[in-house]
Amino acid sequence: MIRIVLPAHLRTLARVDGEVTVDVTGPVTQRAVLDALEARYPMLRGTIRDHVTLTRRPFVRFFACEQDLSHEPSDTPLPDAVATGAEPFLIVGAMAGG
Amino acid sequence: MSTIRVLVGTKKGAFILTSDGKRKQWNVNGPHFGGWELYHLKGSPADPNRIYASQTSSWFGQVIQRSDDGGTTWNPPGTKPEDLMSPDGMPKGESNMFLYDASAETGRPLTTHQHYDGSQRPWEFKRVWHLEPSLTDPDTVYAGTEDAALFKSVDGGTTWKELAGLRGAKGQLWQPGAGGMCLHTIMQDPSNTRRIYVAISAAGTFRTDDGGITWRAINRGLKSKYELPDPDAEVGHCVHRIAMHPTRPNVLFMQKHWDVMRSDDAGESWHEISGNLPTDFGFPIDVHAHEPETVYVVPIKSDSEHYPPDGKLRVYRSRTGGNEWEPLTKGLPQQDCYVNILRDAMAVDQLDPCGIYFGTTGGQVYGSANGGDSWEPILRNLPAVLSVEVQTLP
Repeated sequence: MIRIVLPAHLRTLARVDGEVTVDVTGPVTQRAVLDALEARYPMLRGTIRDHVTLTRRPFVRFFACEQDLSHEPSDTPLPDAVATGAEPFLIVGAMAGG
Repeated sequence: MSTIRVLVGTKKGAFILTSDGKRKQWNVNGPHFGGWELYHLKGSPADPNRIYASQTSSWFGQVIQRSDDGGTTWNPPGTKPEDLMSPDGMPKGESNMFLYDASAETGRPLTTHQHYDGSQRPWEFKRVWHLEPSLTDPDTVYAGTEDAALFKSVDGGTTWKELAGLRGAKGQLWQPGAGGMCLHTIMQDPSNTRRIYVAISAAGTFRTDDGGITWRAINRGLKSKYELPDPDAEVGHCVHRIAMHPTRPNVLFMQKHWDVMRSDDAGESWHEISGNLPTDFGFPIDVHAHEPETVYVVPIKSDSEHYPPDGKLRVYRSRTGGNEWEPLTKGLPQQDCYVNILRDAMAVDQLDPCGIYFGTTGGQVYGSANGGDSWEPILRNLPAVLSVEVQTLP
């Protein structure tokens, strides 16, 4: 079970409170986690990564275990603590004013 | 008695204002989608409870929202709770997927447009500026996007397909204005279901007579002396907004970057009707619901100073189809007012006397229940208003 923390706007869009959880079969990578998240919450498609290229939107960041994983290749395994559910995978809206 | 529903899109959410036909007391509902930019909301003429909304964010991109109950509840099309429990599996979440047509048959030759520096750039989707529901079918809706293109959905906004022939109308010469290269106006001819007009900044006005398959520029008569090297160019004009009266679909009114224009032949030719306006720069233009020759604009000082001349917020009305304009000031601030009124932020209701509404970048929504003779603020402290639409409900 993978724990995911969404930014407030995406929690509202997905109609969830707090963390969400998804199950991933096979290696736990960014791509696998986002695939599972978007399959469960289809209204999030296109809001975190591009529909077609699957590249991360520029003002979205991925954190876990106090590390910025935003620039990691999407098929790199996530930390074991994320894979085991000990730590959440954080999807974060970049800081900005306005 | 009729009900008036005003749909207001702002920089930080949507608001729905309702009143009875007297238009004196208003109920305010919102913000919907708080914190997001609501570029445009518009109700279906065929089913007023069906409302489409364009919700955008620099962080999370485009979302299309749809209400089937007059704005009480909203869902991205295809993701109602019952859709998520479908025996056919989960929906694909494509209601915000706007893919430019790259097919060999219709899209591949139309790959680039002109950029600010004169180079050619590929089309890249940024947001939906305007949603125009079909006049007859609640499930059919058009979307005008940045980068400029026209998309059509026939399944209530669940999926979208580009009408790529539009980009064939010299799309390689279109270029972004300072606000981006956006398709911001979509008008359907009530007397001819195959005729649609669109306007693009900075490309101009275009028309299809075959339901959107082929398009051509209709900009003859526009002059852009300070914006284009060839003032009479076929495309490239910065058209800010066009409007028509539904009973006279061949008569079009235009607020261009500079100049207020009119066409009496469905856009085949245009002539200037700025007349005695204090300045002919501006963004919105609209037509009285029952008087096809009564037109409204809001003059703005200049392209470099986007606020009313002399700090006086004045709507100008022509009852002669242009050229002769009168300022409407009663109830509007006549000193120290430096707001702007954006192109999609003015609309009229269908009551008699006709009601007119507009929103400002300062967050005010003004309404007039007497054709513009006098105005009252409905709201004073919203976020910057991006769009105003009105529904007249029985």
